[in-house]
Amino acid sequence: MRKSKFLMIPVLLWMALFLLIPMIIVVVISFMNRDTLGNVVFGFSLTGYKTFFDSLYLGIYWDTLVLSVVTTVICLLVSYPLAYYIANAAPKIQTWGLVLITIPFWINFLIRTYAWVLLLRTQGIVNSLLLHFGWIQDPVQMLYTKGAVLLGMVYNFIPFMVLPIYVALEQMDKRLLDAASDLGATRWKAFRHITLPQSKSGIMTGCVLVYVSTTGMFVVTDILGGAKSMMISNIIQSQYLGARNWPFGSALSVIFVITSLILILLFNRAMQSKADRVKEGSA
Amino acid sequence: MKKKSHPLLGIHSLLMMIFIYVPILLIIVYSFNNTRLSGDWKGFTFEWYTSLLKDRHVMEALTNSLTVAVISTIAATLLGTLAALSLRNLSRRWKGGMNGLMYLPVVIPDIIMGLSLLVLFNQMHIPLGKATVIIAHITFSMSYVYVVVTARLAGMGRQLEEAASDLGATGWKTFRYVTLPQISPGIISGALIAFTMSLDDFMVSFFVAGPSSTTLPIYIYGQVKRGISPEINALCTLLILVSVTLILLAQFFLNRGKGQKKHKTLPI
Repeated sequence: MRKSKFLMIPVLLWMALFLLIPMIIVVVISFMNRDTLGNVVFGFSLTGYKTFFDSLYLGIYWDTLVLSVVTTVICLLVSYPLAYYIANAAPKIQTWGLVLITIPFWINFLIRTYAWVLLLRTQGIVNSLLLHFGWIQDPVQMLYTKGAVLLGMVYNFIPFMVLPIYVALEQMDKRLLDAASDLGATRWKAFRHITLPQSKSGIMTGCVLVYVSTTGMFVVTDILGGAKSMMISNIIQSQYLGARNWPFGSALSVIFVITSLILILLFNRAMQSKADRVKEGSA
Repeated sequence: MKKKSHPLLGIHSLLMMIFIYVPILLIIVYSFNNTRLSGDWKGFTFEWYTSLLKDRHVMEALTNSLTVAVISTIAATLLGTLAALSLRNLSRRWKGGMNGLMYLPVVIPDIIMGLSLLVLFNQMHIPLGKATVIIAHITFSMSYVYVVVTARLAGMGRQLEEAASDLGATGWKTFRYVTLPQISPGIISGALIAFTMSLDDFMVSFFVAGPSSTTLPIYIYGQVKRGISPEINALCTLLILVSVTLILLAQFFLNRGKGQKKHKTLPI
């Protein structure tokens, strides 16, 4: 049985070759330059990073951050009550609720995004209904707006938020709530001091998942936002597949990953200290 | 004592489910709508499904998707299971590192994975095509197989294996007759998840597919960018159906595995 340790070598080699080395190459290329044909030129250069500090790209980056944060917050606000409901429902509802939340996970996000084109376009279902009931006189432009992008993002990533929060709430020791109510705590107080802190890990996982997925998702902007709205992932994509400015695309990728990591760390820190304060307060 | 949830919570949850499912159901309904242009219901038809079958591009994309999914699933299932099995014999420090490495594809954004593989293939002068898509899919699918099989192994305990080797079974025999039967539900559900992931993947494939290796999601993306069409509704409906069936199957195998686990670990 000891020998089976060496069975891992092919897997390690695979992961090194197709996961680690490619990412290292991207970091290396981000410090290089390109020639007029778009080929990567060897030699150290900060051009890729300098280009990022162009006001155009900084603005797009800021927009991306805002969109991702707003998406995450909305997802959290609408998903928490749903996760809470499923976690506290009767076993039968719980099973079904869980199945219903898991299914969208496995429906391609391209398809889920496309569904909103059907709904939001000028001759689409929402406009037809509004016209039919006489609430509007002319079709409203809903597709290819920032609102449509936000809606598409929230729609796509709700399951990413519900599931981790559900798992955290489900694993919680429900006897704590009985104890709290025996000791005279109101339902709100019990929620605030027991349920919420206990579901912290789920909230954290959900927020990180939604945030990172939103930032990397160029398809939603592409399909629902039209050409006007751009996210940093759209720029990265076009630098690789269209403009062929790989050093710049790589620099953007590096910046994207590093800012995500920093935000996740800060968020982690904030959640941690808040939980500690709650603990100290109740002690 | 369990307090009933607030009625508003129930209403909110119901509305959320409607919000989540109405758009998806609309695609399905519209795929049977007997009109190309209008948003109104004009009667039931299978026309869009039959015209999919006649579309050369769709069929080519389907063939590509299935080829990639079958090959990458087989390889990812083997490698992922291998990784999960060998993890058990590692020292704690190596275990952490290995675990981190295997989880990496789940954690890093797809776009980063796609573009870094594109860069690698370019630097190695490997032309983009089905092979590059397969390699990419193996890399991320392997992680999902690994996660599922590891969970299964962790719930299993080693008593039966130890008993087998105490009774003189060779390493291979122990694996074949004791370990494998116990983890097979995990392997099957891991393989089903890998297959679905591969069939569904757009982001990574988009970067590493060549002109001759368009997969179904890439084809759908191209069409969707041009606007809506009833054929796309039909194609999306089919893809939804396949993914959901596969995942429910995977879930079924996972649960069956859990039932077995109880039986096998209880007597010891």
